[in-house]
Order: sequence, then C-alpha cells, then structure tokens
Amino acid sequence: MKRFIITTFLVFICFLLQCTVFHALAFGGIVPNLLIVLTSSFGFMRGEKTGLLIGFFCGLLVDIFFGNSIGFYSLLYMYIGYMNGKFCTIFYPQDIKLPIALILGSDCFYGLTCYVILFLLRSRFDFEYYFMHVILPEIVYTIFVTIFLYPLILWINTRLERSELRSGKKFV
Amino acid sequence: MSPIVKRKGEKFTLPSKYLLFILTILCTGMVLLTFNTTVFSGPLSMVAGYTVVPFEEGISSVGSWLANRSDELVQIRDLIAENESLREQLDELTIENTRLQQDRYELTNLRELYSLDAQYDEYQKTGARIIARDAGNWFHSFVINKGSQDGIAVDMNVMAGSGLVGRIVDVGPNWSKVKAIIADDSNVSAMVLSSSDNMIVSGNLKLYASGVIEFEQLVDSDNVVVEGDKIVTSNISDKYLPGILVGYISTINQDANNLTKSGYITPAVDFEHLEEVLVVMELKQLPE
Repeated sequence: MKRFIITTFLVFICFLLQCTVFHALAFGGIVPNLLIVLTSSFGFMRGEKTGLLIGFFCGLLVDIFFGNSIGFYSLLYMYIGYMNGKFCTIFYPQDIKLPIALILGSDCFYGLTCYVILFLLRSRFDFEYYFMHVILPEIVYTIFVTIFLYPLILWINTRLERSELRSGKKFV
Repeated sequence: MSPIVKRKGEKFTLPSKYLLFILTILCTGMVLLTFNTTVFSGPLSMVAGYTVVPFEEGISSVGSWLANRSDELVQIRDLIAENESLREQLDELTIENTRLQQDRYELTNLRELYSLDAQYDEYQKTGARIIARDAGNWFHSFVINKGSQDGIAVDMNVMAGSGLVGRIVDVGPNWSKVKAIIADDSNVSAMVLSSSDNMIVSGNLKLYASGVIEFEQLVDSDNVVVEGDKIVTSNISDKYLPGILVGYISTINQDANNLTKSGYITPAVDFEHLEEVLVVMELKQLPE
C-alpha cells in the first residue's frame, strides 16, 4: 500500500515537472524525458510487471493531455518498462553504468519510435535533422537529469524495500 | 501446470507477459477507437481534470510569479533611466495626441463610409492561462485552465493579442488542449488579405528555431503578393473563423511547377513567451 501511494506520487510529480517547470529550464526548446527515467528505473529495479504498469500509467497521462489518440504513448512506455524489466536479474544497486546505459537506450528507442510513427509516416524524411535536433539533445538532457534523479529513485526504492522486509518479518 | 490456473490456497498472481499481452490489446483497441471518436476522453479527462490540473495551475502560477519577480529586479535599473526619457516623450506626445484625436473623428467617418468594421470585436472571447506544455519534444500543444464548464468546446479558435494561436482539440471539465498552428501536424486554410488568394499554412518542426511557419499552394497568377503581405484565415476554412490574423509573409518563392507559390510566414504571435490566450467563444457556422 505504501509502495503504491509513493509510486503514484512519483509518477504525478514527474509528469507535472516535465510539462511545467522543465519548460522553463529547456535548452533550445528541448525538455528532458523524466517519465522515461522513472519507467525504466522501476523496470530494472523491480522487474517486468512493475515496469510495464508504471509505463502504462505514465503513458496514459501523456495520452490524455497531449496525445492525438489515447493508447499510443501508453503502449510505447509500457513496452519500454517491460523491456527494462528483463534486466532486473543483472541489476545491482551499486552499479551506475547499467542504469545509465538502459535509460539511454530507452530514450533512444522512444525517440526513434516517435519519429517513425508520428513523422516518417507523414513523409517527413529528413531523419538526420530530427535525430540531431530532437532525439539526440533529448537523450543528452535526459541523461544529465538522470544523474540527479536516479539516485533519488534508488534511495526511495531501497527505503521501501527495507520497510517491506521489516513488516514482512513481523508475521514470520 | 498452467501459470494462470489457481491452485487451492495459492495467492492469485498474473504473470507479467500475460499482463503485457492484455494491456497491449487494450491499448491497440483504444488507439483504434479514439483515433476518430471521443469515446473514452469524457471520463478520462474528467478524472485527469480533477487530479492533475489543480497542481498544474498551482505550479504555473508560482512559476510565473517567480519569473516576474526576477525580471523586475533586472529591470529596475533600466526602468529609472527609461522613466526620464519617457517623461520627455510624454510632453511631446500629449501635443501630438490632441492633433491625432482630430484625425480620428475623420477616420471614424471614413470607416463608416467604407463599412469597414473591426471584425474581431464582434466575437465574444474569454481569457485563459496556459498551465502546461507538451510533455515531449515533437509537437507544440498546450493545456489551458478553462474547459467545458466555462463553455469551451472543441474546434473553438484561440488567439493571443491580435494573432491566431491555434484551436481547441480536446476539452475536459476544467481544462482544454490547444494545438498551435506551428505544430508539425497542423494545417490552416488561409488567404492573403490584399488579394484574397487562398493558401495552406502548415507548421513544421524544422522551422521552430527560425520562428517561421511555411505556406504552400498559393495561386498568385497576377504576381501581386509580395513579402510583408498580411495573411489572415480564409473564408473557406471549416475550423477557423474568417479574417483572423495569422502573420506576415517573410519569404515567397515560385514552385517548380510554375503554377503555385510557397514560402515562409512570420506568425503574429510570439509562441516562445505565450502565457495567456483568448478563446473565441464562437464556432464556425457550417452548412449541415
């Protein structure tokens, strides 16, 4: 229950920050993708199911407010969360390289899918321009934000796990 | 043993791949359903409206307050110097103003003669504040703090100052989504004010940085359209009310087919620093 409330709270905070505060901090009109950081870190920290559920709800929020049809971003974020969940078995909290690499890969996947489905299919063929001016800056900025956001998410998760372990022991 | 069949006394859990499968089908179904209809958007936007929008409003008002304060501090020094020179100008302008007022009476009379009404004044408008911007980097849309409770409906036009910003594409009880005319997937039917030649104005992500939008399919056989001409929304558009200023032509080129022209328009609205907008509370009348 505690975990549910805190996770919901995190999703809300990240969504709100991304579409209000970070627009004021945008570099060259590019905002970082906090929802990807959240989805993929919970994916590799907690496993496939948590990843895909958090991804689904992050995407649903984006869909309701900014999507052309409900379901597209949900689907995209959900698969990103699920894919990251596959790496749960080789994840160690001490290691920062794997999370960074996974978030980088996830954001790249997100950017490429958005380009192919939302732009390429409307015959915008200049991939190089979109890659250099939207996808790449977003990845760089997201990774930069990850350096600060990821330790926070990790800390919250460790605290939660510890308190769950403690309350679990009471019943044994 | 099948993973979803429940054994006695065992706690029921759904394996993640089944959950993924179910949600994938659900999402695909919703995409197909909501692509052209608005089946789910009612309840969903209601829930979102009462949970997310109050926070967005709070954050954006705090944000704009902070931005204003910091601007003020920077500007105080400039303002003192400016004040001096403005006082001098004021005297000159007061004299000029009396002269111009006389001219204005003449102008009003002439306007009546030409029956040139200021068209915008007829539309009833309501002001709204922008509370959130697109979560991604691909499109340019934003959320405003008024919705169906304030009488806003889908397809109403949105303006800022005297220029066109976009139109409402989604409405919740206390919020609505505006798609800007500079968004990559938006197209506006417009015309040149002086010659009434029609054209299509479309947003383009590539041109965001240079602050222009592109237009195409302008048939200008008499070669009268020049750079600097005013572009307004056309009479034949089925979403936009006629005669709203879109911007001014900044570049115009002959197309390769030698029949049509295309080029760039500088929008009348500064999309970078947009904070408040006006929603025109009138929908374009269409023949049934």
